[in-house]
Parts: sequence; structure tokens; C-alpha cells
Amino acid sequence: MNTAEFVKRAQAEGLIDVAYAGVDSPFGHLTAAVTGAGIVRLAFEGEEIDGVLQELADRVSPRVLEVPARLDDVRRELDEYFEGRRNAFETPVDWQLSHGFHLKAREACYAIPFGSVLTYAELAAAAGSPRAVRAAGQAMARNPVPIVVPCHRVLRTGGALGGYGGGLDVKRWLLDLERGDSLF
Amino acid sequence: MKLPPFQMLLDEHGSDVHRYLAARVGPVDADDCWQETMLSALRAYPGLRHQTNLRGWLLRIAERKALDAHRAASRRPVPVEVVPERPAPPAERPDPALWQAVRQLPGKQRAAVTLRFAADLDYAAIGRVIECSEDAARQNVRAGLASVRREWVR
Repeated sequence: MNTAEFVKRAQAEGLIDVAYAGVDSPFGHLTAAVTGAGIVRLAFEGEEIDGVLQELADRVSPRVLEVPARLDDVRRELDEYFEGRRNAFETPVDWQLSHGFHLKAREACYAIPFGSVLTYAELAAAAGSPRAVRAAGQAMARNPVPIVVPCHRVLRTGGALGGYGGGLDVKRWLLDLERGDSLF
Repeated sequence: MKLPPFQMLLDEHGSDVHRYLAARVGPVDADDCWQETMLSALRAYPGLRHQTNLRGWLLRIAERKALDAHRAASRRPVPVEVVPERPAPPAERPDPALWQAVRQLPGKQRAAVTLRFAADLDYAAIGRVIECSEDAARQNVRAGLASVRREWVR
């Protein structure tokens, strides 16, 4: 049973709609998934992997396979980012899991540069609906591609951290990294 | 019905399908058949509807690939006088000669016996794979076993 050969042939035929693999990070094992359009999902260690993959099967395509090689670029960019050697990602984002105002809020978030922060209210305004602060918060809380779509750069008015899917320690770690504080 | 990620089919049923094919077409052709089975399955997967038994579905595809392999093999030239030595097949079948006898059985009996003992399917599941009733599946297994036993005793 030669699984590697099967994956290679499936790949050559364009039959793998979602490729996923594990990616190590300073805060545990992440799972990243890409489509032909870009990175579609990044899950923290605490998320239940079966649920993450089933959601991809339901909402993108059931042709989901583990293909570590397809994630090489994502892995390299994330490594460089975690080491403080990269401040923007070149891998495009596949936005197909985002719709309506959530999509607008996440696109506005994607535009926040490395090292900067916005409040949830400012993000809502940047997304075109200044009064939709709570919805902007939800869009961040359910961000399918954290880190790459940098929801950690969105804080409460007054500077409190707010929430974070990967846990507040991770949010703090990422903000410190971008301030240049955490590097040795 | 929600379709699970294809990776799950591969993890949960891939080795069963391979075991079935090894018994069905022999260890040498099993690898090719397995690749073809899984590629066909992956091609068709998003269009699958009302499929509650994914393992049975995979085994049905495997059965078609096994038949293709038999047809291809019957067209291959048969070497005479000198029989080339083949490397020993992987030791996954406890008794290769016995399975060789199973492969001599007529179509449905061969498939039924293999599904029963190499893929460990019950008679209802075998019926779904070879498209016959549960009783007919049981009958095919019984008849197949009887002739293997006759061959074996002789």
C-alpha cells in the first residue's frame, strides 16, 4: 500500500482540493490547510483536528488529503515570522470560508501592518460599518486563518487584549514578537 | 450525508482494500490495483450521494479494478518452457497456495470468498459489493469454499 505514490498521482491529476499538514510553532502544533487559491485554514493546537478537517470537507470539498509538501511554503514563511525574520506573508489567503461583513472585517484586518494595532471599533469602521463593533469582534473570534490574517492586532479600546482563539498567552506572545521584545 | 475528509477513508479502509486486492489478484498486481481504486474513488468522491457504507463503496471499486486486472492478465502473453523466477511476494497472506486456489474460482464465488475472509465482510455487505442478495452471497461463499476444499484435498 503505497500511499505516497497515490498522493503524488492524485496531485498530478489535480484531485486534491484541500491539502493539509502539521506546522510546528513556538506555541504548539498548528494544522494548516491550503487550496489552489491559497491558505484557507490555520488551526491552533487546542482545536480538535477531526472537527477542523470535517469542516473543510463540508465547506470546501471532501477531497481533503494530508500532503506535507504542499505546505512547504506556508511552513517556511511561518517559521521566518516566528523567528522575527518576516513581517508579511506571501502565500495568498483563500477567503472562501468568509462571507458578508465577516469577510469585510477580515480583509480590513489583513491590511493592518506588522507591528500596528487597531481597536475593534476602528476595525468595524475600516470594514465600512462603524457601529458593527460586536460583529467585528465575532469576525476576529472565528477567523479561519489566524496569524496570517492578524486578528491578534485587534485590541479593546483602552488597550486590553480582548479575546483570542489560540489563548491570550499566544496573543501576547505575537504582539511582543511584533514589538521586537521577545527576541532573546 | 456528510462525507468525511478523504484522508479518513484512506486511513480507515486503505489497508483493508489492499488486503482484499492482494487476495483477489495476487500481491504483484495488488499495488497497481490499489492505486487505481483509490484514484477512481477520489475522482468520484465529491459526487457521492446517499452513501452510508464507504468501505463497501471502496471495495466495489476495488472489485471492478480486480476484474480489469484479470482481463488485462488474460491478454498478456503466457511464457512457456522457462518460468521466470519471481521475487517472493510480501508475506501478508498466511497461505499463498490456498489463495491461489481461491483465485481459480469463478467470478462471484472468488469475490465472495475473498470479501469474506480477506476483508472480513459479513454476507449482507458482500451482497452489496457483488450486487446480489445476502442469501446468494452466503451461497457463493459456501460453494466457493467447497470447491477450494476439493482442490485442496486432492
